[in-house]
Amino acid sequence: MNNNEIGKPIEILLVEDNPGDVRLTREALRDGKVKNNLSVAKDGVEALDILHKKSKKYENAPRPDLILLDLNLPKKNGSEVLGEIKTDDQLKHIPVVVLTVSKAEEDILKAYNLHANCYIKKPVQLTAFLEVVKSIENFWLTIVKLPSDREQ
Amino acid sequence: MMNKKSIQILLVEDNPGDVRQMREILMENKIHNDLFVAGDGLEAMAFLRREGKYADMSRPDLILLDLNLPKKDGREVLAEIKTDESLKRIPVVILTISTSEEDILKSYNLHANCYITKPIHMEQFIKVVKDVNDFWFSIVDLPPK
Repeated sequence: MNNNEIGKPIEILLVEDNPGDVRLTREALRDGKVKNNLSVAKDGVEALDILHKKSKKYENAPRPDLILLDLNLPKKNGSEVLGEIKTDDQLKHIPVVVLTVSKAEEDILKAYNLHANCYIKKPVQLTAFLEVVKSIENFWLTIVKLPSDREQ
Repeated sequence: MMNKKSIQILLVEDNPGDVRQMREILMENKIHNDLFVAGDGLEAMAFLRREGKYADMSRPDLILLDLNLPKKDGREVLAEIKTDESLKRIPVVILTISTSEEDILKSYNLHANCYITKPIHMEQFIKVVKDVNDFWFSIVDLPPK
């Protein structure tokens, strides 16, 4: 059932400006069952530059199999990034997990209406945060079938 | 995390054996959700749009959608849900035997929230149902109804 039966690691793009959360996510995913590579974008503009391979710096960036997206981001906020991904015919198939501190109903509804694949509130507590990342890993990397990379 | 209020699931599935199996798994694992079943694509849309005998139904919290359905195909149902302003927020989990790359990609392009292939072995199927429930009802924040 694993998505990387052929041995290719799952590429995950984390869009997150908080270095502490980046470090924790990295640790939780490193110990996971499924081989994965984590790339990080620190703001919304960088996330879209990576996804569109804009500039030489990102020309070899792999297209992610899964995106973890914070909502409160510098330069371009997460809702805008989500809106752009989910209306782009080359990108919209990529599952986007919104992972944010916001628990506002308005943010939750807006994210689903913009076609976020799921919305998860980031727990404040460390162990709960690690549990959530592990649940994401278990569900999206072993239970779900991800679209396989169709880049030509 | 969700409170004790029961979660409503709409299962869109034409195979009575699969429906029965799903009910049994939910019951045996004490997953206290209300399961509604639509046997074809037209019935699913009537349920969601509260037409006719479904006028008093509330919107489900989650939809489990098979792809191969009579009358209206699962792909069409998915597309209608995800382009309807009042329905598109509802998470749709595709649960199907199809492992075709084309079906997987098409479903995500139509904004399925996730795609899961139904395992043939019962033990694995039970695990999948439990994991779907754990993830969507205790980890994820569902949209307000």
